[in-house]
Amino acid sequence: MSAIWIALLETSTVPQSYTWLLPIYLVVALGCYGLFIVGFGLMFFPTCPQEAILLQQDIVEAKEFLAKKGVDVGS
Amino acid sequence: MEAAAGGKRAYSIIVPTYNERLNVAIIVYLIFKHLPDVNFEIIIVDDGSPDGTQDIVKQLQQVYGEDRILLRARPRKLGLGTAYLHGLKHASGEFVVIMDADLSHHPKYLPSFIRKQKETGADVVTGTRYVKNGGVHGWNLMRKLTSRGANVLAQTLLQPGASDLTGSFRLYKRDVLEDLISSCVSKGYVFQMEMIVRATRKGYHIEEVPITFVDRVFGISKLGGSEIVEYLKGLVYLLLTT
Repeated sequence: MSAIWIALLETSTVPQSYTWLLPIYLVVALGCYGLFIVGFGLMFFPTCPQEAILLQQDIVEAKEFLAKKGVDVGS
Repeated sequence: MEAAAGGKRAYSIIVPTYNERLNVAIIVYLIFKHLPDVNFEIIIVDDGSPDGTQDIVKQLQQVYGEDRILLRARPRKLGLGTAYLHGLKHASGEFVVIMDADLSHHPKYLPSFIRKQKETGADVVTGTRYVKNGGVHGWNLMRKLTSRGANVLAQTLLQPGASDLTGSFRLYKRDVLEDLISSCVSKGYVFQMEMIVRATRKGYHIEEVPITFVDRVFGISKLGGSEIVEYLKGLVYLLLTT
Protein backbone atom coordinates (compact mmCIF):
# COMPACT_ATOMS: atom_id res chain seq x y z
CA MET A 1 0.00 0.00 0.00
CA SER A 2 2.69 2.47 1.01
CA ALA A 3 4.73 1.53 -2.05
CA ILE A 4 1.82 2.49 -4.28
CA TRP A 5 1.42 5.73 -2.38
CA ILE A 6 5.10 6.63 -2.70
CA ALA A 7 5.06 5.84 -6.40
CA LEU A 8 2.03 8.07 -6.81
CA LEU A 9 3.84 10.80 -4.90
CA GLU A 10 6.82 10.66 -7.20
CA THR A 11 4.73 11.03 -10.30
CA SER A 12 2.11 13.21 -8.73
CA THR A 13 1.09 16.53 -10.09
CA VAL A 14 -0.82 17.36 -6.93
CA PRO A 15 0.79 20.16 -4.87
CA GLN A 16 3.15 18.88 -2.14
CA SER A 17 1.08 20.10 0.80
CA TYR A 18 -1.95 18.06 -0.26
CA THR A 19 -0.31 14.72 -0.95
CA TRP A 20 -0.85 13.41 2.56
CA LEU A 21 -4.55 13.74 1.96
CA LEU A 22 -4.54 11.12 -0.79
CA PRO A 23 -4.50 8.02 1.41
CA ILE A 24 -7.16 9.57 3.63
CA TYR A 25 -9.43 10.09 0.66
CA LEU A 26 -8.75 6.51 -0.36
CA VAL A 27 -9.71 5.17 3.04
CA VAL A 28 -12.87 7.26 3.16
CA ALA A 29 -13.82 6.12 -0.34
CA LEU A 30 -13.20 2.52 0.62
CA GLY A 31 -15.27 3.00 3.73
CA CYS A 32 -18.18 4.40 1.77
CA TYR A 33 -17.94 1.57 -0.73
CA GLY A 34 -17.94 -0.93 2.11
CA LEU A 35 -20.99 0.67 3.71
CA PHE A 36 -22.74 0.59 0.35
CA ILE A 37 -22.05 -3.10 -0.03
CA VAL A 38 -23.28 -3.78 3.50
CA GLY A 39 -26.42 -1.74 2.94
CA PHE A 40 -27.06 -3.38 -0.40
CA GLY A 41 -26.64 -6.82 1.11
CA LEU A 42 -28.89 -5.83 3.98
CA MET A 43 -31.67 -4.84 1.62
CA PHE A 44 -31.48 -8.09 -0.26
CA PHE A 45 -30.81 -10.33 2.73
CA PRO A 46 -32.47 -13.59 1.80
CA THR A 47 -35.21 -14.50 4.24
CA CYS A 48 -37.43 -17.53 4.52
CA PRO A 49 -40.50 -17.04 6.68
CA GLN A 50 -42.12 -20.11 5.16
CA GLU A 51 -39.32 -22.23 6.63
CA ALA A 52 -40.41 -21.29 10.12
CA ILE A 53 -43.87 -22.68 9.39
CA LEU A 54 -42.43 -25.85 7.91
CA LEU A 55 -40.25 -26.25 10.96
CA GLN A 56 -43.24 -25.99 13.28
CA GLN A 57 -44.94 -28.75 11.27
CA ASP A 58 -41.79 -30.87 11.54
CA ILE A 59 -41.71 -30.36 15.29
CA VAL A 60 -45.33 -31.48 15.68
CA GLU A 61 -44.70 -34.53 13.51
CA ALA A 62 -41.55 -35.40 15.47
CA LYS A 63 -43.26 -35.05 18.83
CA GLU A 64 -46.15 -37.30 17.78
CA PHE A 65 -43.86 -40.03 16.52
CA LEU A 66 -41.50 -39.92 19.46
CA ALA A 67 -44.22 -39.81 22.09
CA LYS A 68 -45.67 -42.99 20.61
CA LYS A 69 -42.25 -44.62 20.91
CA GLY A 70 -41.85 -43.69 24.52
CA VAL A 71 -39.49 -40.75 24.27
CA ASP A 72 -40.21 -37.92 26.67
CA VAL A 73 -40.91 -34.86 24.55
CA GLY A 74 -42.03 -32.45 27.20
CA SER A 75 -39.75 -29.55 27.97
CA MET B 1 -17.28 -48.39 20.85
CA GLU B 2 -19.23 -51.30 19.38
CA ALA B 3 -17.17 -51.40 16.25
CA ALA B 4 -18.07 -54.98 15.45
CA ALA B 5 -21.81 -54.35 15.52
CA GLY B 6 -21.96 -51.20 13.43
CA GLY B 7 -18.93 -51.53 11.26
CA LYS B 8 -17.58 -48.62 9.30
CA ARG B 9 -20.00 -45.86 8.54
CA ALA B 10 -20.15 -43.64 5.52
CA TYR B 11 -21.23 -40.56 7.48
CA SER B 12 -20.77 -39.50 11.08
CA ILE B 13 -22.95 -36.63 12.21
CA ILE B 14 -21.54 -34.82 15.21
CA VAL B 15 -24.04 -32.80 17.23
CA PRO B 16 -22.70 -30.94 20.27
CA THR B 17 -25.41 -30.33 22.86
CA TYR B 18 -25.92 -28.39 26.04
CA ASN B 19 -29.40 -28.28 27.58
CA GLU B 20 -31.18 -29.37 24.43
CA ARG B 21 -33.51 -32.03 25.79
CA LEU B 22 -36.31 -31.23 23.40
CA ASN B 23 -34.27 -30.23 20.37
CA VAL B 24 -32.08 -33.32 20.46
CA ALA B 25 -35.10 -35.63 20.14
CA ILE B 26 -36.55 -33.66 17.25
CA ILE B 27 -33.28 -33.40 15.42
CA VAL B 28 -32.63 -37.14 15.69
CA TYR B 29 -36.11 -37.85 14.33
CA LEU B 30 -35.55 -35.47 11.42
CA ILE B 31 -32.13 -36.87 10.57
CA PHE B 32 -33.52 -40.38 10.35
CA LYS B 33 -36.48 -39.10 8.34
CA HIS B 34 -34.34 -37.36 5.72
CA LEU B 35 -31.57 -39.95 5.35
CA PRO B 36 -33.57 -43.16 4.91
CA ASP B 37 -31.04 -45.17 2.91
CA VAL B 38 -27.81 -43.72 4.15
CA ASN B 39 -25.26 -45.51 6.29
CA PHE B 40 -24.76 -42.96 9.05
CA GLU B 41 -24.30 -42.61 12.77
CA ILE B 42 -25.13 -39.67 15.02
CA ILE B 43 -22.60 -38.74 17.67
CA ILE B 44 -24.03 -36.60 20.44
CA VAL B 45 -21.40 -34.77 22.44
CA ASP B 46 -23.18 -33.51 25.50
CA ASP B 47 -21.36 -31.28 27.96
CA GLY B 48 -22.99 -32.48 31.14
CA SER B 49 -26.38 -30.86 30.55
CA PRO B 50 -28.29 -30.42 33.79
CA ASP B 51 -31.68 -30.60 32.03
CA GLY B 52 -31.55 -34.31 31.34
CA THR B 53 -30.49 -34.18 27.69
CA GLN B 54 -28.50 -37.37 28.11
CA ASP B 55 -31.56 -39.26 29.45
CA ILE B 56 -33.43 -38.28 26.31
CA VAL B 57 -30.54 -39.50 24.18
CA LYS B 58 -30.67 -42.85 25.94
CA GLN B 59 -34.41 -43.08 25.20
CA LEU B 60 -33.68 -42.28 21.56
CA GLN B 61 -31.10 -45.04 21.51
CA GLN B 62 -33.85 -47.48 22.51
CA VAL B 63 -35.88 -46.36 19.52
CA TYR B 64 -33.19 -46.12 16.86
CA GLY B 65 -30.42 -48.36 18.09
CA GLU B 66 -27.28 -47.79 20.10
CA ASP B 67 -25.17 -48.38 17.03
CA ARG B 68 -26.84 -45.48 15.18
CA ILE B 69 -26.82 -42.99 18.04
CA LEU B 70 -23.63 -42.69 20.03
CA LEU B 71 -23.66 -40.70 23.23
CA ARG B 72 -20.21 -39.43 24.02
CA ALA B 73 -20.67 -37.09 26.95
CA ARG B 74 -18.25 -34.80 28.71
CA PRO B 75 -18.36 -33.63 32.32
CA ARG B 76 -19.04 -29.93 31.71
CA LYS B 77 -19.02 -27.17 29.10
CA LEU B 78 -15.67 -27.48 27.38
CA GLY B 79 -16.20 -25.58 24.17
CA LEU B 80 -17.24 -26.29 20.61
CA GLY B 81 -13.87 -27.04 19.00
CA THR B 82 -12.99 -29.68 21.55
CA ALA B 83 -16.53 -31.07 21.24
CA TYR B 84 -15.88 -31.73 17.56
CA LEU B 85 -12.54 -33.30 18.38
CA HIS B 86 -14.13 -35.50 21.00
CA GLY B 87 -16.84 -36.58 18.56
CA LEU B 88 -14.24 -37.21 15.89
CA LYS B 89 -12.38 -39.66 18.13
CA HIS B 90 -15.47 -41.85 18.18
CA ALA B 91 -16.49 -41.36 14.57
CA SER B 92 -16.10 -44.22 12.14
CA GLY B 93 -17.48 -42.36 9.13
CA GLU B 94 -15.52 -41.56 6.02
CA PHE B 95 -17.28 -38.18 6.09
CA VAL B 96 -18.16 -36.07 9.08
CA VAL B 97 -21.07 -33.65 9.29
CA ILE B 98 -21.17 -31.01 11.97
CA MET B 99 -24.39 -29.26 12.80
CA ASP B 100 -26.12 -27.37 15.61
CA ALA B 101 -28.63 -29.06 17.84
CA ASP B 102 -31.08 -26.19 18.08
CA LEU B 103 -32.96 -26.88 14.81
CA SER B 104 -31.53 -23.81 13.10
CA HIS B 105 -29.74 -26.36 10.90
CA HIS B 106 -32.47 -28.47 9.36
CA PRO B 107 -31.58 -32.09 8.58
CA LYS B 108 -33.54 -31.88 5.34
CA TYR B 109 -30.45 -30.31 3.78
CA LEU B 110 -28.26 -33.30 4.59
CA PRO B 111 -29.05 -35.04 1.28
CA SER B 112 -27.96 -31.93 -0.63
CA PHE B 113 -24.64 -31.85 1.24
CA ILE B 114 -24.07 -35.50 0.42
CA ARG B 115 -25.09 -35.07 -3.19
CA LYS B 116 -22.85 -32.05 -3.66
CA GLN B 117 -19.88 -33.89 -2.25
CA LYS B 118 -20.50 -36.89 -4.49
CA GLU B 119 -20.89 -34.72 -7.58
CA THR B 120 -17.80 -32.62 -7.04
CA GLY B 121 -15.54 -34.75 -4.87
CA ALA B 122 -15.17 -31.76 -2.58
CA ASP B 123 -13.14 -31.89 0.62
CA VAL B 124 -15.51 -29.54 2.42
CA VAL B 125 -19.15 -28.74 1.73
CA THR B 126 -20.40 -25.78 3.68
CA GLY B 127 -23.93 -24.51 4.04
CA THR B 128 -24.50 -20.88 3.15
CA ARG B 129 -27.39 -18.73 4.26
CA TYR B 130 -26.48 -15.80 2.06
CA VAL B 131 -27.43 -17.04 -1.38
CA LYS B 132 -30.69 -16.97 -3.25
CA ASN B 133 -32.08 -20.33 -2.20
CA GLY B 134 -30.78 -19.91 1.29
CA GLY B 135 -31.91 -17.46 3.87
CA VAL B 136 -32.62 -16.76 7.48
CA HIS B 137 -35.72 -16.23 9.57
CA GLY B 138 -36.18 -14.75 12.98
CA TRP B 139 -33.34 -12.26 12.75
CA ASN B 140 -34.06 -8.67 13.62
CA LEU B 141 -32.47 -5.82 11.71
CA MET B 142 -29.60 -5.48 14.18
CA ARG B 143 -28.63 -9.10 13.83
CA LYS B 144 -28.83 -8.94 10.04
CA LEU B 145 -26.71 -5.83 10.09
CA THR B 146 -23.98 -7.33 12.23
CA SER B 147 -24.04 -10.50 10.19
CA ARG B 148 -23.84 -8.69 6.87
CA GLY B 149 -21.23 -6.24 8.17
CA ALA B 150 -19.13 -9.02 9.60
CA ASN B 151 -19.34 -10.97 6.39
CA VAL B 152 -18.36 -8.06 4.13
CA LEU B 153 -15.44 -7.24 6.40
CA ALA B 154 -14.26 -10.82 6.44
CA GLN B 155 -14.67 -11.25 2.67
CA THR B 156 -12.64 -8.13 1.97
CA LEU B 157 -9.85 -8.85 4.40
CA LEU B 158 -9.56 -12.59 4.13
CA GLN B 159 -10.65 -13.74 0.66
CA PRO B 160 -11.94 -16.84 2.35
CA GLY B 161 -13.38 -18.89 -0.50
CA ALA B 162 -16.86 -19.22 0.99
CA SER B 163 -19.82 -16.87 1.17
CA ASP B 164 -20.93 -17.81 4.69
CA LEU B 165 -17.97 -17.82 7.02
CA THR B 166 -19.51 -18.19 10.42
CA GLY B 167 -21.90 -20.96 9.48
CA SER B 168 -21.39 -24.25 11.24
CA PHE B 169 -23.47 -26.60 9.11
CA ARG B 170 -20.76 -28.42 7.19
CA LEU B 171 -19.66 -31.74 5.77
CA TYR B 172 -15.98 -32.60 5.82
CA LYS B 173 -13.92 -35.49 4.61
CA ARG B 174 -12.77 -37.08 7.80
CA ASP B 175 -9.03 -36.56 7.42
CA VAL B 176 -9.60 -33.00 6.22
CA LEU B 177 -11.52 -32.25 9.41
CA GLU B 178 -8.78 -33.76 11.53
CA ASP B 179 -6.17 -31.73 9.73
CA LEU B 180 -8.12 -28.48 10.03
CA ILE B 181 -9.07 -28.84 13.67
CA SER B 182 -5.51 -29.51 14.66
CA SER B 183 -4.36 -26.32 12.93
CA CYS B 184 -7.06 -24.05 14.34
CA VAL B 185 -6.71 -22.34 17.67
CA SER B 186 -9.67 -19.97 17.92
CA LYS B 187 -12.89 -20.38 19.80
CA GLY B 188 -16.56 -19.85 19.01
CA TYR B 189 -17.52 -18.05 15.81
CA VAL B 190 -13.94 -17.34 14.91
CA PHE B 191 -13.24 -21.05 15.04
CA GLN B 192 -15.73 -21.67 12.23
CA MET B 193 -14.18 -18.87 10.23
CA GLU B 194 -10.68 -20.11 10.84
CA MET B 195 -11.64 -23.58 9.62
CA ILE B 196 -12.83 -22.31 6.27
CA VAL B 197 -10.01 -19.83 5.79
CA ARG B 198 -7.38 -22.45 6.59
CA ALA B 199 -9.13 -24.89 4.28
CA THR B 200 -8.88 -22.39 1.45
CA ARG B 201 -5.25 -21.58 2.21
CA LYS B 202 -4.35 -25.27 2.25
CA GLY B 203 -5.93 -25.67 -1.14
CA TYR B 204 -8.80 -27.90 -0.14
CA HIS B 205 -11.74 -28.11 -2.53
CA ILE B 206 -14.67 -26.27 -0.97
CA GLU B 207 -18.23 -26.31 -2.25
CA GLU B 208 -21.34 -24.60 -0.94
CA VAL B 209 -25.00 -25.54 -0.72
CA PRO B 210 -27.81 -23.12 0.14
CA ILE B 211 -29.39 -23.66 3.53
CA THR B 212 -32.13 -21.90 5.40
CA PHE B 213 -31.57 -20.93 8.96
CA VAL B 214 -34.53 -20.48 11.28
CA ASP B 215 -33.46 -18.92 14.52
CA ARG B 216 -33.77 -21.26 17.46
CA VAL B 217 -37.27 -22.05 18.62
CA PHE B 218 -36.64 -23.76 21.97
CA GLY B 219 -34.05 -23.14 24.60
CA ILE B 220 -31.52 -20.44 25.24
CA SER B 221 -28.99 -19.26 22.72
CA LYS B 222 -25.36 -19.36 23.75
CA LEU B 223 -24.56 -16.24 21.73
CA GLY B 224 -23.51 -13.22 23.78
CA GLY B 225 -22.54 -9.59 23.21
CA SER B 226 -18.85 -10.12 23.78
CA GLU B 227 -18.86 -12.28 20.66
CA ILE B 228 -18.54 -9.16 18.53
CA VAL B 229 -15.29 -8.16 20.21
CA GLU B 230 -14.04 -11.71 19.93
CA TYR B 231 -15.00 -11.72 16.27
CA LEU B 232 -13.02 -8.59 15.51
CA LYS B 233 -10.01 -9.87 17.40
CA GLY B 234 -10.31 -13.14 15.51
CA LEU B 235 -10.51 -11.35 12.19
CA VAL B 236 -7.26 -9.53 12.88
CA TYR B 237 -5.65 -12.76 14.04
CA LEU B 238 -6.68 -14.54 10.84
CA LEU B 239 -5.53 -11.63 8.74
CA LEU B 240 -2.10 -11.85 10.26
CA THR B 241 -1.66 -15.59 10.40
CA THR B 242 -3.28 -17.01 7.27
